[in-house]
Amino acid sequence: MEALELYLQTAAQMGTPILFGTLGGILCEKVGHLNLGVEGMMLLGAVCGFMAGLATGNPILAILAAGLAGAGGALIYAFITVTLQGNQNVTGLVLTTFGTGLSSFLGKDLVGQSLPDGIFAALGPKEIPVLSDIPVVGKMLFHQSPYATAGLVLAILLYFYMNRTTMGLNMRAVGENPGAADASGVNVTLYKYVHILLGGFCCGVGGAYLTLVFVPRWQDEITAGIGWIAVALVIFATWNPLKAIFGAYFFGALRGLSFVIQNMDLTLFGHKITIVSQFLDMIPYAATILVLVFITRGKRAENQAPRALGLAYFREER
Amino acid sequence: MKKMLAMLMAAMMVLALAACGGTGSSSSSQAASGSEAASGSEAASGSETASAGIPKEDLKIGFLYVGPVGDEGYSYAHDQGRKAMVEALGLDESQTLVVENVPETSDCEKTVRDLIDQGCNVIYATSFGHGEWVDIVAKDHPEVYFGHATGILTEDNLSTYMGRAYEARYLSGIVAGMNTKSGKIGYVAGVSIPEVVRGIDAFTLGVRSVNPEATVEVLWTNQWYAPADEKNAAQQLINKGCDLIAQHCDTTGPQIAAQEAGVLAIGYNASTLSAAPEAYLTAPLFHWDAYYTRDVQSIIDGTRPKGERFWGGLTTGMVSLDDLSDNCVEGTAEAVEEAKAKIESGELFVFTGPLKDNEGNEVVADGVKMTDDEMESMMWLVEGVIGNVAA
Repeated sequence: MEALELYLQTAAQMGTPILFGTLGGILCEKVGHLNLGVEGMMLLGAVCGFMAGLATGNPILAILAAGLAGAGGALIYAFITVTLQGNQNVTGLVLTTFGTGLSSFLGKDLVGQSLPDGIFAALGPKEIPVLSDIPVVGKMLFHQSPYATAGLVLAILLYFYMNRTTMGLNMRAVGENPGAADASGVNVTLYKYVHILLGGFCCGVGGAYLTLVFVPRWQDEITAGIGWIAVALVIFATWNPLKAIFGAYFFGALRGLSFVIQNMDLTLFGHKITIVSQFLDMIPYAATILVLVFITRGKRAENQAPRALGLAYFREER
Repeated sequence: MKKMLAMLMAAMMVLALAACGGTGSSSSSQAASGSEAASGSEAASGSETASAGIPKEDLKIGFLYVGPVGDEGYSYAHDQGRKAMVEALGLDESQTLVVENVPETSDCEKTVRDLIDQGCNVIYATSFGHGEWVDIVAKDHPEVYFGHATGILTEDNLSTYMGRAYEARYLSGIVAGMNTKSGKIGYVAGVSIPEVVRGIDAFTLGVRSVNPEATVEVLWTNQWYAPADEKNAAQQLINKGCDLIAQHCDTTGPQIAAQEAGVLAIGYNASTLSAAPEAYLTAPLFHWDAYYTRDVQSIIDGTRPKGERFWGGLTTGMVSLDDLSDNCVEGTAEAVEEAKAKIESGELFVFTGPLKDNEGNEVVADGVKMTDDEMESMMWLVEGVIGNVAA
């Protein structure tokens, strides 16, 4: 039982950057913009957050810098896809390549450096008394870095924002049918910019979790594909921030699963079986494809992709 | 709706491609340390040349790295070696040219030719997969000197070089064996190739030379460079009760996991006490400058052996154990010194029989020493290791 609790605790740690990346992706896709640049924005956030942490020793400033770096990347994306109406897929991919390159350029002199102690003191795991003693999920939810807790709170807030506020309604309208939203007086361009930038902010903050809390050092390409899992998770979570929590922690757990079962003796009908870890690495993507198949066949409106996702909005063609 | 589906399918395809891209990059860094795998045989074999040598100020030396210098691991260690060599020989920094992220494809050949066009007369390629391409160019340019880390192909003007890391691994095993309390040691390993397997075996033999009951549990990440996964693997090992974590992967993640959990750690490749000051004990280190300095000097003197295959151990300075930190228990330093002296004098050879694999079969008979060829293809784990090489 204790082993399971510890495993879930680790799963939540691995899931936290994925969660931030997914929330960023949801914000962006809900206004109709498929952003494949999540990995790039996460890396920008990771390197800038680390730099700011190193320079100031202040965790809040470090996180803020990370978010702004992510938003900076998103601004490039937004300008090209919203204002210039460029191809979203290509722009997103370019943003990832750009972010990877720029982050390793900026990080050249950061390799091998350690953050001031104050940052870990503030962001390291904190145990919440009583609640963390809840069996099974106690450690996962209540013995975590404040960073992880902030991710959970953010997901819940986003859910309410998207589904219970007028602004959230407008935002979803922009993603479903920008022409109609425009006609009813919503400033489509403003909504798109704001949410793409906020999405970039989330991604940047998610990347900085790795350099400020989890690893906590700067190493080239530190996200190692987490951003891509987040892009897949947006679909897996059917654009729902609450399901994103489940998805992110589930995928976080999958990443650790191969280490748990590697040395286990599993037998099936008397045959010793070995589950290769490469197989497990594949699961997040395979699962996403399955979910995609189900939601497109299922036709439940709330599970569908935003209708205008990936389409540039030309006001004159409305 | 159809359009939407097509759009999503396109997105998925792009995503799949990108996912491939992601693994692609990690596999190239795999190759990076995979290069660590390879070989070389007798230290310093080859015949003397009688060429005139190159005057110091005319030297222009090109380095090919398979990854970024910022990996804080393999390519970083080579770059440290380059810097130390430049300083030791009093060269100017501008006399070395560095190319990072050189893939192990025909691009490598282009890069080498490009370096020669830029005036390089000495070229070092650091990854195993660079070998065949360097070999092609070496045949075309007999006037240029080539070195290939971990390689197997040699020409008159192409040498290979590698360190006997297992000697340092054995010493780090002694440190681990003396400092573990539970007798359960965890080992985060990258990719299962002979170099890594040999390291695990040497480490375990070192552990058991001072702590015969201790076990070493291995988890494979199947990557060379995966900062988050390596930490995760270490956490899983700690959850299973390991109180000391060793590693053969490129980041400091396992050491940081150890520090957070209040257990001990042994690093790899670079001295990383600052990453985990309360957990770090020591680390087996590579000193590529030992070879670079010696080799470039021989080029200056015109005494470079033809087609040398250099596999240097503790005595050559190619590998060493980092200074022990204050986290080590008393007596560790003495035990390490004793074993080190025995290895250096040749009295102790790490892979001397009787050796059993971890399924109980005797692999090396009593008193028999493994040959270099056997060590180069070593793919079995010694008694005391929990885990398997296939995973």
